[in-house]
Amino acid sequence: MSVKKEKPLIQVQNLGKQFGDLKVLEGINVDIYKGDVVFVVGPSGSGKSTFLRCLNRLEESTAGHIYFEGTDITDPKVDIDKHRQKMGMVFQQFNLFPHMDILKNMTLAPMKLQKKSQQEAEKEAMALLERVGLADRAHAYPSQLSGGQKQRIAIVRALAMKPDVMLFDEPTSALDPEMVGEVLTVMGELAREHMTMVVVTHEMGFAREVATRVMFMDGGNFVEEAPPEEFFGNPKNERLKAFLSKVL
Amino acid sequence: MSQAIYVNFIKDNRWKYITDGLKVTLEVTLFAVLIGIVIGFLIAVVRSTHDKTGKLKILNFLCKTYLTIIRGTPVLVQLMIIYFVIFGSVNISKVVVAVISFGINSGAYVAEIFRSGIMSIDQGQFEAGRSLGFNYVQTMWYIIMPQAFKNVLPALGNEFISLLKETSVGSYIALQDLTKGGDIIRSRTYDAFTPLIAVALIYLALVLLFSWLIQILERRLRQSER
Repeated sequence: MSVKKEKPLIQVQNLGKQFGDLKVLEGINVDIYKGDVVFVVGPSGSGKSTFLRCLNRLEESTAGHIYFEGTDITDPKVDIDKHRQKMGMVFQQFNLFPHMDILKNMTLAPMKLQKKSQQEAEKEAMALLERVGLADRAHAYPSQLSGGQKQRIAIVRALAMKPDVMLFDEPTSALDPEMVGEVLTVMGELAREHMTMVVVTHEMGFAREVATRVMFMDGGNFVEEAPPEEFFGNPKNERLKAFLSKVL
Repeated sequence: MSQAIYVNFIKDNRWKYITDGLKVTLEVTLFAVLIGIVIGFLIAVVRSTHDKTGKLKILNFLCKTYLTIIRGTPVLVQLMIIYFVIFGSVNISKVVVAVISFGINSGAYVAEIFRSGIMSIDQGQFEAGRSLGFNYVQTMWYIIMPQAFKNVLPALGNEFISLLKETSVGSYIALQDLTKGGDIIRSRTYDAFTPLIAVALIYLALVLLFSWLIQILERRLRQSER
């Protein structure tokens, strides 16, 4: 866990989200530092995904502020598209673009948004594909890939933008069990390379292995936060204890 | 039989009524479809943007009014209003009037086809585009529209085919189209059967031809995903 006095990469202040009368998130304060691998766990309906989606404003928060690299991105005047280029996101349902082959999926954003040449973008994409062992599928279409392959592509598609933080929204929840491992391997490598990551997941074993911090969300706020050994070995909060006894 | 063909088509070069009319029919259909696609596309963008974000309230209201009026009145009445009322005192080519009328009419139907196509694309596609840093318009253009277009291609093809047949009501403003061509021959030769059946067969052949072309296009678009 980061104890340095550097500025947080993401600073969440008093974040709240309401759907009509329903309060989904309330009074959340979190600092995420460069290199942090933050795992968010908790019962379904606790607001984990909503929290994650508020971080890049796919979900608009209704209270509080989020500072990303020093800019308040909850400010309506801010150019959120520019900041999103620095925040990669991986979805439960992969959301690859079915009308483009893998290479095009990966080069579209770097070419259109970062004005890279096709040659440069493709070279970088191929290097990323090489890393996740899918270089031979560069010209396949998403429908030709397995779930695990799709999710690995989704990860490198986000990485192609060279983001400063990666957001993972239950990246393995839609996968067949035998495909979970290959996706976690890629994520584990990222974590070891000190990519800043925020991961919403139900994979407790994986959280224990690669997280720098694990946060437990219940009822719209974080009720406990600790390094993984302490979080799983010596939980203090009663609701966390009950939760862990059910899922471990 | 050969006598009937001679009288109706060969004598006095009457076949020219058919070929000239066919040209007009194809011209009107093609340009009307282009106008319809442009109008339909713009309206669909306004309507689905409103549906997705709640913005563009006034534009959306105007578009809905247009859709209601155009889809709520017969195309023939619209054609006659545009020809006799709006352009009543202007000397304007009937072909142009027909193109405008059928284009405006088709636009309303194409708009709803496009809109249903846009709304049928999974919200996750939209979020994936936005999360990479594309703005609303870029996401629509690069990610949503190409998929939506592919999905609505059969419906667009049907719209094209019904428009092709619909243009035959252009005879009401004396548009010299294929239908009118057959009708003129009928009035010259007093033989209704031969020219009208010929006209019907030509429409049928056109419809079959275009259905076939659309099928090929569809298959090719689908192949790129396999």
